[in-house]
Amino acid sequence: MEIVHPNSIDEALAGLREGAIPLAGGTDLMVEVNFGHIRPERVIGLRRLAELKEWDGQRIGAGVTWRRIETQGPKALAEAARTVGSPQIRNAGTIGGNLGTASPAGDGHPFLAAVDASIELASTTSQRTLPWQEFFTGVKETARRPDELIMAVHLPAGLPERQCFGKIGIRNAMVIATVCAVVTRADDGKTTVALGSVAPTPIRATGAENMISSIGHPSAGDLVEFQRLVSEEVRPITDHRSTEGYRRHGAGVLARRLLDRCLS
Amino acid sequence: MIVELIVNGERVTARVTNPGSLLDLLRDELGLPGSKNACEQGECGSCSVILDGELVCSCLVMAADAAGSSVTTVEGVSPDDGLHPIQEAMHHAGAVQCGFCTPGIVVAAVDLFARNPHPSSNEIKEALAGNICRCTGYGAIIRALEDVGTTDEH
Amino acid sequence: MSTRTGRRVGVPRGVIRDSPLRPDGVPKLRGEFEYAQDLRAEGMLWAATVRSPHARARIVSIDLAPALAIGGVHACLTADDVPGRATFGLEHADQPVLAGDEVKFWGEPVAVVAAEDDDTARRAAAAVEVRYEDLDALTDPEEADDRDEVFRRLSIRRGDQGLRGSVVVVGEYEVGMQDQAPLGTEAGLAIPDGQGGVDLYATSQYVHVDQEQVVASLGLRPDQVRAHPTGIGGAFGAREDLNLHIHLCMLALHTGRPVKMVYHRSESFTGHVHRHPAWLRYRHESDEDGRLVRVEARVMIDGGAYASTTSAVLANACYFAVGPYRSDSVAVDGVGARTNNPPCGAMRGFGAVQVCFAYEAQMDRLAAALGMDPLDLRELNALGTGDPMPTTGQVIETPLPTIEVIRSLQAMPLPEPATMAHHSELPGGSGLTTEPHHVRRGVGYALGLKNLGFSEGSDDYAQARVRLTPDGAVVETAAIEVGQGLVTVLAQIVRSALGISRVDVAHVDTSRIDSAGSTSASRQTQLSGGATLEASVKLRQRVLDRHEGEELDDDGVWKGDELVVSWSVLAEEGWEETVTFRHPPTTGPDENGQGVIHADFAVAGHRAVVDVDTELGLVKVVRVDTAQDVGLALNPQSVRGQIEGGILQGVGLAVMEELVMKDGVILNPTFTDYLLPTILDAPDVEALLIEREGSWGPFGAKGVGEPPTISSTAAVAAAIRAATGKELNRVPIRPQDIALE
Repeated sequence: MEIVHPNSIDEALAGLREGAIPLAGGTDLMVEVNFGHIRPERVIGLRRLAELKEWDGQRIGAGVTWRRIETQGPKALAEAARTVGSPQIRNAGTIGGNLGTASPAGDGHPFLAAVDASIELASTTSQRTLPWQEFFTGVKETARRPDELIMAVHLPAGLPERQCFGKIGIRNAMVIATVCAVVTRADDGKTTVALGSVAPTPIRATGAENMISSIGHPSAGDLVEFQRLVSEEVRPITDHRSTEGYRRHGAGVLARRLLDRCLS
Repeated sequence: MIVELIVNGERVTARVTNPGSLLDLLRDELGLPGSKNACEQGECGSCSVILDGELVCSCLVMAADAAGSSVTTVEGVSPDDGLHPIQEAMHHAGAVQCGFCTPGIVVAAVDLFARNPHPSSNEIKEALAGNICRCTGYGAIIRALEDVGTTDEH
Repeated sequence: MSTRTGRRVGVPRGVIRDSPLRPDGVPKLRGEFEYAQDLRAEGMLWAATVRSPHARARIVSIDLAPALAIGGVHACLTADDVPGRATFGLEHADQPVLAGDEVKFWGEPVAVVAAEDDDTARRAAAAVEVRYEDLDALTDPEEADDRDEVFRRLSIRRGDQGLRGSVVVVGEYEVGMQDQAPLGTEAGLAIPDGQGGVDLYATSQYVHVDQEQVVASLGLRPDQVRAHPTGIGGAFGAREDLNLHIHLCMLALHTGRPVKMVYHRSESFTGHVHRHPAWLRYRHESDEDGRLVRVEARVMIDGGAYASTTSAVLANACYFAVGPYRSDSVAVDGVGARTNNPPCGAMRGFGAVQVCFAYEAQMDRLAAALGMDPLDLRELNALGTGDPMPTTGQVIETPLPTIEVIRSLQAMPLPEPATMAHHSELPGGSGLTTEPHHVRRGVGYALGLKNLGFSEGSDDYAQARVRLTPDGAVVETAAIEVGQGLVTVLAQIVRSALGISRVDVAHVDTSRIDSAGSTSASRQTQLSGGATLEASVKLRQRVLDRHEGEELDDDGVWKGDELVVSWSVLAEEGWEETVTFRHPPTTGPDENGQGVIHADFAVAGHRAVVDVDTELGLVKVVRVDTAQDVGLALNPQSVRGQIEGGILQGVGLAVMEELVMKDGVILNPTFTDYLLPTILDAPDVEALLIEREGSWGPFGAKGVGEPPTISSTAAVAAAIRAATGKELNRVPIRPQDIALE
């Protein structure tokens, strides 16, 4: 077993090209190791690579921890950060690691989808930035090639000030989302609603967005219709954590409440 | 590979042959069994340590990745003799039953008070939200840490 | 002889009714306390277990070669290697040490391996190739009942079976499978003694019964196996049955080296028994005034693949099926089904939890049907001292302050509405799902009744020895400290009885003392405490008689103001007293389930206050207040610890804790998905201890461990019903149960 602690991005990328496994906060990878599911022989330790922790305006380095995002992130992303695992997990886990794992329940994902963020990837031979829709390809599957490193998240400029995150879980800490969602509302009425845990990847409820964006001052009835459309658009499953029916219901209610919060 | 790190202020070296955790390294190689394993996945906090100034679950830190780092365990926060004021408060409040969660809670509480000497009840709860206790129902733990927060001796 | 003027030092500190610091507190806080997980021995090997991936299958073949080919692997053992009795079990030895021809539940041990280190052992276990032929698994307990696949049936008939009431309520209820989830997983170390015997240090609640079963399966003489009490990270019933004990001893004897094994959490979820899931049908009938006339209950519990304690859990569920209420006519029919689900057995509350959820829902329904206040209905029917148990007919002879419990709960102030200024005060917490106007508050009450100690004619006893040493007194016991505070309370009892201050408790192995019985059934304070008190009292009297003294204290024996024998001289005389303490005898049930079945009873009540986001189905348990019958609180702080901890386990069952099963497979055997309440889920608790003299426990103490868990679940469920208006006939109550039609 071998670990390399690169001094630069280039060194990290060279290691990835040779087949090493990237290790950031360890909060997902080590669970797999501890459960005997994987046994990496060569690892690139990214935890202390300063370049990955850079946070420059709209570009959030992949190595930025949830702890930092809790206090420094845009409002709805900070709200999401406060629900990631426990204090211990937030101190170690990073936004890049969250993307690399690409769990359907990833707490950070709905925000990225709601604001149309993109994900910067690099290898020794290439550099590309993918819109979130192209990055997430399935349950715990992404467009990242094994030789690529998740470098950063790019947020668009001029995020709507009105943005709200919410997460339904069975207990009050350390819980995987039954449903999580972000709603944003711009001054011109343009509304986005993105949801997690209700499909293989984070999704946008575009029908609901279109319906509500055109209404300057939505009525209570409009909110109910918005809720109905969100419930219709999500594609949840039944598993040991919840049911399809509840997730559908919860997605609609949560989206409606978040929109209501944005409007007030 | 040989890993060198600082544990409780002392430089130590250990041989690491697999991608196992810092927790296993502490317990099985370095003779520090105070950190406990109860879930292997960062969902209980029993293995909490302070790594380079941050409270983390040592079960989720790859031992090899701790090379060059500084680690503080429950053994490191305990004075040579007797108890740290946080431990003392927990002792008197009846915050220890089976004790398996206790080392992790001590380390998490030490981390909390280092950042926030007078935490509110909500701040105490949020700081300990990653530490599961199955015996006490948490009441005595909260009472103990509220007592600590009203003194300046920690 | 020295003399002293004036009265000598009075009562030592740390006697009963004090709350002295627990003696194991400092090492536990410093991380120095040695748990089974922390044990090591020179030349130690590590073991791992090969487990069935099927709920039921025929074992076609087992190929150990790939495992044995891994460097550092020392042994791979299967059913063929069990030297003695092939099976084990607490009540019936029906569970294979290692599965032979057939596996009967998911996770059943098939082989064990020992290797130089934990990592190698786990890789070797994964390398063992077992070929299975899948068989149809029986996972529906009703179908098991139809096929007569049952561990026990129990019918109770008491009173005139023709009695009928004018007000009738019926209901069907379900309780999901809860897990004890002690934080310390199963762990142990077996050390061969070089002469064919073995010393076992493993997680346990009852080392003598472990030792008996290990002896049988190893085919050894009893004196060749010594089971040692060791540090335990919680238990709650999960450690009554064997799991890794025989495996460790087999591997140690086979390899000639010490062998250690520690289960991972997922393994722990399959490696110990769970609380029985239950399905309950009830019919309550009362007269117009609310007096219970007849209660009918049908109790189904799923025992899973092997017997464990299903017979006793079923019996308890049936005996306590009416709760702490009088009823002249009772009919209870219970079934403990045998299926291919994971084996179920002991968990805190032991059958009383499941029925309490149902009968308390029924009492609320009856109150609603009558238009009565739910507590008034309970008080009207409250069972008390001198009453016959509604089920068994046993006349209750010790204090049973049911009415005081009810009135105490009534008198406790209700909390103010939540300010909801902080998200942690709202359902959904940091998930920010909920605004104050989404929340409805509910208040619910429940009472629970349970036996203390073992029942149904079992010879229930505990032995303890008190010795005088140069350092004071030592209590020797094989009773297991699981965290509850036995080490503290036994020392308190000795201080009170002997009059000295320096007392230690020593856990000794099975070769050095007789059984203390199990740390379960809320019994150790009463049983081991009773033995300790009696030994102390006898010892003191013998010492005083011998030296013609009047008082004993840390200095020695006094006569008036004269110290007639110093402590150092006394200690050299080698004083000790060993006592075996038995509670009043009990009997098995007759054909109608009647008899003096139980040794003692305790009653408790809970009032839960919840805030519910009814639209999303999210619950914040705000408070759970309680009044509990404790006899005498020997250590009020420990009693409060039992109450707060037990209540939170009850809250867990009410709103989040469940092992989710599908075709015999546990879908959530991890701490990610088996949710235990966190500190942010814990309600505030106010506890009122009701003390009444008259129980046979030391100084009148009753066991206190289980009552907090029995009715807290039912109270939370009642509070959620009050907030939502929904029937909610199943726990845990999930968001979808509240939010969806």
